[in-house]
Formats: sequence, structure tokens, C-alpha cells
Amino acid sequence: MSAVMITRKVRKWEKLPGKNTFCCDGRVMMARQKGVFYLTLFLIVGTCSLFFAFECPYLAVHLSPAIPVFAALLFLFVIAMLLRTSFSDPGVLPRALPEEATFIEMEIEAANGNVPAGQRPPPRIRNVQINNQIVKLKYCYTCKIFRPPRASHCSICDNCVDRFDHHCPWVGNCVGKRNYRYFYMFTLSLSLLTIYIFTFDIVHVVMRSVDNGFLNTLKETPGTVLEVLVCFFTLWSVVGLTGFHTYLISLNQTTNEDIKGSWSGKNRVQNPYSHKNIFKNCCEVLCGPAFPSVLDRRGLMQEDSPASSTSAAPSSSSSSNPMSQTMKTTAPLIPNEHTPDDAKPSIAASAEKSDSPKEEDPPTPQVPPLASPETEADASLAKDKAQ
Amino acid sequence: MATEFHNLQELRHSASLANKVFIQRDYSEGTTCRFQTKFPSELESRIERTLFEDTVKTLNNYYAEAEKIGGQSYLEGCLACTTAYLIFLCMETRYEKVLKKIAKYIQEQNEKIFAPRGLLVTDPIERGMRVIEISIYEDRGSSGSSSGSSSVSGSTAR
Repeated sequence: MSAVMITRKVRKWEKLPGKNTFCCDGRVMMARQKGVFYLTLFLIVGTCSLFFAFECPYLAVHLSPAIPVFAALLFLFVIAMLLRTSFSDPGVLPRALPEEATFIEMEIEAANGNVPAGQRPPPRIRNVQINNQIVKLKYCYTCKIFRPPRASHCSICDNCVDRFDHHCPWVGNCVGKRNYRYFYMFTLSLSLLTIYIFTFDIVHVVMRSVDNGFLNTLKETPGTVLEVLVCFFTLWSVVGLTGFHTYLISLNQTTNEDIKGSWSGKNRVQNPYSHKNIFKNCCEVLCGPAFPSVLDRRGLMQEDSPASSTSAAPSSSSSSNPMSQTMKTTAPLIPNEHTPDDAKPSIAASAEKSDSPKEEDPPTPQVPPLASPETEADASLAKDKAQ
Repeated sequence: MATEFHNLQELRHSASLANKVFIQRDYSEGTTCRFQTKFPSELESRIERTLFEDTVKTLNNYYAEAEKIGGQSYLEGCLACTTAYLIFLCMETRYEKVLKKIAKYIQEQNEKIFAPRGLLVTDPIERGMRVIEISIYEDRGSSGSSSGSSSVSGSTAR
């Protein structure tokens, strides 16, 4: 007896693979672990509230009312940049659909030729020449694509991100092509805010101590001690981070490239993306075009689910493109060590249901388990070195 | 001719998907969006080389226009920064405007050039700007009853 199929419309974000959380019906996109982000928010809002409560009334009267006004504007800018960085799509590359994945596999096999039995096939690498520099494009086994230059796979979010910089737990999201400038403006404005609050805390304590004495001042405004403590520790880290990113921007490099030493200069390897001009590099990174998201998170798609509750996972077919009714967007057909655990039962279910023409053997596992914070790029780098 | 279709609706109803070709990105000029203009062998009997190359070149020009770093992009970037990027909530960015033009262009090309030849071009944005997917259709009704029509290369039905 065949089960009755119920077709319902779902938003595409509900069916996106990867370990992101979505809020506000797909408008907000973040990583799964958000604890440190809440801490960041708490520290910023808490410290600024103490500043407005304890210091501002005194400073507005005794120095200038512009001080709290400017502090408020700076605070709002910092919060806006933080939320923009945390909630936006960093530049996630969608995974290849089955036909595209098969097409790429066929190209790889044609390029490799016949591999004698027992030998490992060569690593999947495509060489591309950019500005007279050979750049190697690595194949991502999770997303089934050759990663574009400067893209990297984030193992925490389980996505390939374009122009991947790093995964920042403080903002609860990856930093990539689309939100790097917001991240930089966030660190810059936070540095300014920290310096501003720190300076005016000292000014306030000095001014009040002249009238009332140091210990009385601390008793009257106990929040000052807390603010100075938070600002002192924040200063070193955030100002340092801003300086580091300013350096990276002037060279048009990402944190990922810097850590891996991709353009460190040995073997006469140079950064092919740099314009060799600090001003031009800064302009490109900070004032370049605002790239749109290629994940259509709020688009609608049809989902066919059986009426009975016994099936493991529903298979969904996208009907946004009317010509693609024969395509099924299921979890990757080739299970590998990077497949998220919750997709594994659906792989078994879809492998039975789908009529894919061939099933490949999984690649020989050589990479460390998914729990490690290393990106897949590092893991495959180790794999290449081991071969 | 068996593989002639008049419009997209007829293509959908009377044809079945035979194969798909994926035009890859061309990274020789950096990370800006550009597609290879190399003519794939599967399309040799389906469409003229010049028409295909013109389409890809026009798409490349549109993308270059969207990603151009010049006076207008600086102005947009600086203005947006001063408003804490809130202006993007109400204003459409230049890239989005060009993407709309691209969608319209692809729709036109499909109607005028590709659908009559049994082909369909998918907008690259639906594939993450990684590939231009060209679907090759063959006429369902004509299998076995074609009279002197040219054979379709690579048309093994799945």
C-alpha cells in the first residue's frame, strides 16, 4: 500500500545542509554555538549601561553634553556592526546538486585516467593561473565542488565559505566575503568605544577625586571600577585585532591565508590578489561592491512528505526552477567522514529511493574527525603531505 | 524537425531532460565572476558556437559591471558606512540591480535562442555562481520516428 504524499511549501533555509541556525524565518543566519556571542553582547551593553548611568551625568554637567551623545552614537554603531556581522550570510557556497557532482566526478576520472588496482588515486586538485601565479583549487568532499580560490570549508558550520577569513566565536558566525567589512568596522568601532570609555572613566575619576577624594569617588560610582577593568582587558585584545586586520587588508590577505602562510614568499610565491598598492587594497576590501547572498534562504520550495510517520526523512524536490522537476535535493549520496550525523539516516533512505546510476566507494579516510576545529582545508593539506 | 520547439511551455510539456552541461568559472583574472567561453562538445550539434560564445561573453560583461570597483562603488560603500549600513535595508545595491538585468537577459535568451533548439540555460545565481547549467532536452514524441533529423550527441536518457 503506497502512503499518501502531502505536498507543502517550505522555505529553502529549512532544507539547507550545514550546521547553521536560522531565525526570523530565514532572515537571520548564525552558527550553532551562540554562547560566546551572547557574552560579547552582554559585555558591550553592560559596560555602556554602567557608563551612561555613572559617568555621563557628571561629565555632561561638568564637561560637555556632547560626551554622552557621541558615546551613544558610537555604541549604536558598534551594536549595528556586531548584529550585521553575526546575522548575515558570510558568503556560503551552496553544495553541488547531484547532476553537477556527477559531472565533476566524471571530469576528474577522465583527467586521472586508469589508476592501477591497489593504488590510491591522485588528490583531487585543479590548477589555475591567476596573475601569473599557479593557484591550486582543492576539491571539497562534503560540498562536492572544487572550491573557488580563497574559499575554505568551515568545519564548525560545515559550509564552504567564499573568501573565508576565520570562524569567530565572539560574533557567533564565520567571517567571509560578505561580512568581512562589517566585522572590520565592528572591531574598529569597538576599539574606539573602548578607548573612549576608558579615557572618560579616568577623566571622571580624576575630576571627582579633586573635589571629593579618591576613595569617596569610588564609593559614589562603583561601576567605574568594573568598566575600567573590562575596558583594560578589551583594549589589548580588540585594538590588537584591529591592527592585525588593518595589516591584512592593506595586503589583501585573509586570516586563513596568513595562518597557512600561503603567500609568505617562499618559493617566490606571491599574493596574486594584491594590487601592490595599500590604498587600492583597502578600497577593494572595504568599499568594494556589496555581494548578494547566493543562498536563497527565504525562497519557497515544495516538500513531499508521506502521510505516515514511519519514514526516516522526507525527500524534497525543488520546484523554483520549473524545468528541474526531475532533480531531487537530497543529502549527499556518497557518505564520508564529513557527513553530518543527522544526515546519515537520510542518506540510507535516499540511497534506497533514488535511482542514481552509480554508487562510488567512499574516499579512503585519512583526515581527522569532524570534531576538531581545523578546517577541512588544513585536513586535506595534511592528507596531501602524507601522500 | 523533431527537435524544434516553439516556446518554453512546449519545451516543458513535450520534452524530457536528456543531459546537462556545466560551464565552469574562469579564474584566470582573479576571483571576479567570469565563465569559460570554451564551447562544450555536447552542444556541438545543438547550437552555433558564436551564439553560445556571445551569450557567455555578455553574461561576463554584466558580472564585470556589477563587480567593478570605481567611483560609484566607493560612493555606495562610504554612504552605506556612514548610515551603519542601514541604508541597505531600503535601497537596492548596484549588484542586485545588475542581477535583475542578468535574469531578464537569460529569460530573453532562453525564449529566443535556446528553447527553439531544445536547450535551457539556468541563471548561475541559482547554482551559487559556480556554473552555468545548460539543460539539453530531447523531444519525447520523436524517439524512433524522426525522419532525417540530426542525431543528438550525448542524449542517453536517464
